[in-house]
Amino acid sequence: MNWGVKWEKFISTMEGEYFRELLLTGFLNTIKVAVLGLIIGIVIGTVIAVIKVAPKYSRINRVLDKICTVYVAIFRGTPMVVQLLLAYYVLLPMLGIKEVESIVVGIVVFGMNSGSYVSEIMRGGLNSVDKGQMEAGRALGLSYGTTMIKVVIPQAVKNILPTLGNEFITLIKETSVLSFITVYDLYTALSTIGSKNYEKMVPYLVMAAIYIVLVLLITLLVKLLENIFAKSDRARTNPKAKRA
Amino acid sequence: MNENNIILKVEGLKKSFGDGNDVLKGINLTVKQGEKVVILGASGSGKSTLLRCLNCMEDPTGGSIYFNGEDIADMKTDINKHREHIGMVFQQFNLFNNKTVLENIMMAPVHIGVTKYRKRAVKNFFIKLTNVFKKNKSELIPIEKTVKEIKAEAEERAYALLRRIGLEEKAEVYPSTLSGGQKQRIAIVRALAMNPDVMLFDEPTSALDPEMVGEVLDLIKTLADEGMTMVVVTHEMGFAREVADRIIFVDEGVIKEEGTPAEIFDNPKDARLKDFLSKVL
Repeated sequence: MNWGVKWEKFISTMEGEYFRELLLTGFLNTIKVAVLGLIIGIVIGTVIAVIKVAPKYSRINRVLDKICTVYVAIFRGTPMVVQLLLAYYVLLPMLGIKEVESIVVGIVVFGMNSGSYVSEIMRGGLNSVDKGQMEAGRALGLSYGTTMIKVVIPQAVKNILPTLGNEFITLIKETSVLSFITVYDLYTALSTIGSKNYEKMVPYLVMAAIYIVLVLLITLLVKLLENIFAKSDRARTNPKAKRA
Repeated sequence: MNENNIILKVEGLKKSFGDGNDVLKGINLTVKQGEKVVILGASGSGKSTLLRCLNCMEDPTGGSIYFNGEDIADMKTDINKHREHIGMVFQQFNLFNNKTVLENIMMAPVHIGVTKYRKRAVKNFFIKLTNVFKKNKSELIPIEKTVKEIKAEAEERAYALLRRIGLEEKAEVYPSTLSGGQKQRIAIVRALAMNPDVMLFDEPTSALDPEMVGEVLDLIKTLADEGMTMVVVTHEMGFAREVADRIIFVDEGVIKEEGTPAEIFDNPKDARLKDFLSKVL
């Protein structure tokens, strides 16, 4: 194998402005879908988790609980590709919606899919917080919701940060299925670049390298967040304070 | 409540956890202003459940609890409004782990104050709006304090409370760095920050190392001397004898005997109480 030739072919392809823009678009789309998907996922997941752990006194709570169970079953029970295809090629035409960018569909589906996973992660996190924290808040006259938002959820998030990092990494890598609904992501971009002169080895290696760098960056980010959240374990609020 | 200076009046209180697990079987109890009531009982007798029912931490399954003239055992009552005036101290302290000591103390007063302020502000906005079309202008709801003032006042009060227990320098630290005794004293002033009408103590010293029991009991005693109304579940017999105006002995979900410390400790009548005292004294 002549790697020198392969590399030169890749470089020569990348000299074209069109391909450079393609790679940039793909890269940005991957980030966009993963980040926005995760944000939507955290919001949906938190709402579902709170409904799931809330006491089931009222009928509304019980109905909401059932709806959430069905939601999680559907979105965890089918592959992301199937959900993307159904949303883009079945649901949109059925509803008669035409003027929607495929990336928007991607973001929404990624968010809803991620929400079903995050809900279970978050539920575990909420259950890991001592029941006394909720009781203390309620005893002071704060409502269930207020205590949840100000006391329980922050502590739950601290406990589940590493697992949320995992979810983010999964999302980043799973963006490669976006090509099914015509979104240019990292995979599609580099694949197209490889097709230019039928030389795919270097583009695929570059693709792997970019994914790894992204994942390492996320790992670093999660570490950073963990340190910020760990301030309540430290002796002082000052992050420079050393533990004895 | 017509009889003034009655703070809590419990009538026929029942609590059962599911089928056949009746923990409280009809409790009658009145707590007057300034009274110190100590609840004694063996473990599993229902004494903690009784205390936790008083602010509906456990929802009673029968009977009534009158607080400020309203039946808080009724599920339709807005319990949060009443809990502001019923302080509670837990065995496990339950300080908010994600908040500093100062935030722990300030959180409830600030949140509740600000919520009330916002509600009034919104109402005033609508009154102003409708006033445009009215001949007889409606009066605005008076707003005494701004959000800034509410916060400043809560902070000032929090510092005053911390100074009182000598932990002012701990204001900015997180609970995880404090000793059990410090945590419990802060939990007590956190409840005090709401200016409660009555304080409930659920075995406040049971989770403490022996050498820290004293500092917590001393604080509770000072509160008692200042005239705070309190209901205490405890295993500290010396404390009960010293502080209580009235002691209630709970067994098998009912009040078996009730009286002054002298009556209970020196002249017990109920067989179970005699048995209990012989074990703990």
